[in-house]
Amino acid sequence: MHYAIVDFVTDIAQNACESGASRVGIVFSEDDDRVDVAVEDDGKGMDAGQLARALDPFYTDGEKHPGRKVGLGLPFLKQAADQDGGRFSIRSELGRGTAVEFGFDKRNVDCPPVGDVPGMLLSALCMPGGHEMTIARRRGSLSYELRKSELIEALGNLEEVSSLALLKQFLRSQEEG
Amino acid sequence: MARMTLDELRALRETKRQDLARRDVEGKDIQIIVGMGTCGIAAGAKLTFDALVDSIQKHGLESKVLIRQTGCMGLCYVEPTVEVAYPGMPTVIYGKMTSDAAEELVQKHLVEHTLLDNHIFDRPAADILKK
Repeated sequence: MHYAIVDFVTDIAQNACESGASRVGIVFSEDDDRVDVAVEDDGKGMDAGQLARALDPFYTDGEKHPGRKVGLGLPFLKQAADQDGGRFSIRSELGRGTAVEFGFDKRNVDCPPVGDVPGMLLSALCMPGGHEMTIARRRGSLSYELRKSELIEALGNLEEVSSLALLKQFLRSQEEG
Repeated sequence: MARMTLDELRALRETKRQDLARRDVEGKDIQIIVGMGTCGIAAGAKLTFDALVDSIQKHGLESKVLIRQTGCMGLCYVEPTVEVAYPGMPTVIYGKMTSDAAEELVQKHLVEHTLLDNHIFDRPAADILKK
């Protein structure tokens, strides 16, 4: 089970990056008492039947783990949201993409910790795939937007450790008030 | 630290590039792959990823190493998992790679060229390989 809210975001973002999407969008908003997240992709999507089964922990499409019968990413998230008064919704259309939205109430005693946001963004931005990724981050009055294509243009290959180290420094600086 | 702009990031990149060009570089031939499936993330793979970036930089190897992320390698019971391909050494998948173990990986595998015997899980689990 994931420890922090950012871990759920990484997990859902990884699904989006593996969906064959050309665009992946992440919105991560935070106030003193709320965290709201949206992850959208224009990848392969799911029909109504697949979508219903995607929330069943004992279902997987068989592509990631051909010999196995579990798929825990979305069920973990829905369970965490259900357990502590959060919200969770998913929309998907076959061939058009998927949108996952969720939120947590920080005042709830069972709300998971937010976790390391720049660390999560680093991981999400560097996931493999030729897609564009946009990130809209807001925390109170602080806000910024990032585009993967602009970061690649500034840094080059994001798999090189020299780029990763600079990107990490850049992302941490964005969180400074 | 003040908020950096994209232009400042570009300038910093240029400075680093010049620094790196001065070093004797053999090419980016070391590849590290971190398993970032649900199982990996739940076990702390993001901390491992972070620790690898820091440790590789600390050892001055950043111009030689590529780090990629992938999904589950099937070894969910020993997450976080990290695959290392270093020319002249066997390609191995390491399990139970906490951030401390990630630092050990950089020191032993990348610097001293010895394997981390207690972490080797060799290859992806047989039941997830496509037939």
